[in-house]
Amino acid sequence: MKHLKVTTSVLALAFVGLTAMSCKDGKKEEHSDDAMNTEMSSEEGHHHEEGMEHDEMDESNNTMNSEAQASDVKQVMADYMSLKDALVATDKDAAAKAGKTLESALRGLNISSYTAEQQKELKDIVADATEHAEHIGKSEMDHQREHFKTLSKDMIDMVAITGIDSKMYQMHCPMYDGGSEWLSMEKEVKNPYYGSKMMGCGKVEKEIN
Amino acid sequence: MKILKIIALIFLVAFITIQFFPIELNQSDTVPKTDFLLVNTVPETIQKKLEVSCYDCHSNNTEYPWYSKIQPAAWFLEDHIKEGKAELNFNEWDDYSDRRKNSKLKSIINQIKDDEMPLESYTYIHGDAIFSADEKEEMIQFMEQLRDSL
Repeated sequence: MKHLKVTTSVLALAFVGLTAMSCKDGKKEEHSDDAMNTEMSSEEGHHHEEGMEHDEMDESNNTMNSEAQASDVKQVMADYMSLKDALVATDKDAAAKAGKTLESALRGLNISSYTAEQQKELKDIVADATEHAEHIGKSEMDHQREHFKTLSKDMIDMVAITGIDSKMYQMHCPMYDGGSEWLSMEKEVKNPYYGSKMMGCGKVEKEIN
Repeated sequence: MKILKIIALIFLVAFITIQFFPIELNQSDTVPKTDFLLVNTVPETIQKKLEVSCYDCHSNNTEYPWYSKIQPAAWFLEDHIKEGKAELNFNEWDDYSDRRKNSKLKSIINQIKDDEMPLESYTYIHGDAIFSADEKEEMIQFMEQLRDSL
């Protein structure tokens, strides 16, 4: 009888102890995540510093600065395109990876050369898009596609303000979630919302540039 | 037998020790002007459901259950509340831009549709937080209306 009591209490305590440990592990993970974020933002910090140097070097002339910012936008677009391609290929891991890269590109985006009104709009767009990219970085395929829809809307609105020098197509899929848009560099329809299930669903809605 | 006793003792000590790590409570007496229920016209049934099912993790004020005073449960709750508030804070609703409101509403609708919210670990203890089929329908309709009005 005594044995039974002791064993039960040990088991109970072991359980509590283990839960405590697993909780701590969870915290640790979060911390290392944080550490990574700081690393990333410090990289971005360098990025910004470079931008500032440009400012100091050439205060009267803003071209350098806005050129750098145009390449920032280009980078965001390039990351968006790799995300789109991963979704076309129905590759969850590649999409998650592209989502994370896009997230850090968005966080590093410098918009100081635009007018106050444009900046306000861009800030809203970037805040929203960053959140979607973040979610895509840690979600299952169907969620990734849900977020990709709103992200695409953000990207379309962003390009409308910043402009972009490469040729792009705004595509429309009438079936996904009551009609959804996406951007592509090529004219051929490759549907990121359905992948191989319905690769050809959609049409070119608009040519950009 | 002796070893078991020692192990038990260690666990007991560990359990008592972790009780001395308090958490920061998510509590606030005031409801800011930006609160979802203040800036929108919300029917009473919806308002109640939001408060019962969502506000514990998605606002600045949590009604803590008794076991929240005991570790490691308190850590578990703290993490959930932090995550929930970062994702969506109904108290700060009007601080979001229209674009983000639209995104948040879309997520709310999807998560309720897919039974992802409220979390199962929450409804397990808060039985009244569960959405009935009718409540789900009503809530989704309301959120969709709100989204269209943006």
